[in-house]
Amino acid sequence: MNATANDMLDPLTIAERWMDDGRMVALATVVETWGSAPRPVGSHLVIDGEGNFHGSVSGGCVEGAVIGEAMEVISEGEPRMLEFGVADETAWRVGLSCGGRIRVYVERIG
Amino acid sequence: MDPYLLRKLNAERTARRAVIHLTDLGDGRDRVIREGDPVAGPLGEAIASALRSGKSGVVEAEDRKFFLNVHLPPARIVVIGAVHISQALAQMAKVAGFDITIIDPRTAFATEERFAGIDLVADWPEDVLKARPLDAYTALVAVTHDPKIDDFPLSQALATGCFYVGALGSRKTHAKRVERLTALGHGEAAIARISAPIGLDIGAASPAEIAVAILADIVAHLRRRPLLGAGP
Repeated sequence: MNATANDMLDPLTIAERWMDDGRMVALATVVETWGSAPRPVGSHLVIDGEGNFHGSVSGGCVEGAVIGEAMEVISEGEPRMLEFGVADETAWRVGLSCGGRIRVYVERIG
Repeated sequence: MDPYLLRKLNAERTARRAVIHLTDLGDGRDRVIREGDPVAGPLGEAIASALRSGKSGVVEAEDRKFFLNVHLPPARIVVIGAVHISQALAQMAKVAGFDITIIDPRTAFATEERFAGIDLVADWPEDVLKARPLDAYTALVAVTHDPKIDDFPLSQALATGCFYVGALGSRKTHAKRVERLTALGHGEAAIARISAPIGLDIGAASPAEIAVAILADIVAHLRRRPLLGAGP
């Protein structure tokens, strides 16, 4: 009854597998949303030291920026809180086209 | 995040147990809390509420900010009996977002043609449930009317704490069922958990209407379920 196909795409399962492979891994999690946000609170993006990733924290709008930050978190070790939204000064580059706002927590595993 | 916690979190999720991954957003320290683990104070209340609603979010307690990521096993429905009601229920359950499995050893009922695209197992519940055990996030719906088929899964559903246990049949049929389940060692309170006659009382007449009544009853039980370890 376990959905094997879903497990293959489950970010937390992938994070554990990558960790077992000896890769450096960071986990990004949507912790707060305002307005119309594309992914619900609790959604994960998992990133490795080379910038490979699985999952999503938005509809693809801000993943690029999160991956960049995650690679820094992997090398430095300190967790970060990121915020994205249309009011953000970086909106032009990585804003959410839906008009919502999200806060993403990025931490290293290990 | 502690690698050990990631393993623990994944193990709990694989075992279909409700867990919360709690992170202190101030210092980054985290822990995994299983449903039923005692946590005191306002944080404990927030945890209980999150487990009930299934909603993740940030809470402030003890002058600190915590992120609660709730991982509830996806709710599923196991139906004993590949009957007319089950055909309608299978379609509706999918729309409502439930995984559904139909079990019936009677191969005349359990045909691919009648249940196209549905997870259907033409075997005895005794055999099927060994490989796919029932649990607290499963609703058990028994609709064959046949004690030889229905009784074992009903008994298992009571023993494993299925969040919903429903059995089709008249009050007279159910009275006899109560006698048999009592003989199997189930107490009065456990047996009283069975929804019988099955479904919300909406005057349902057709098989599809009965399926609506059953599905609504399942949703009501899922959203209002008491928490494990929360007492009677």
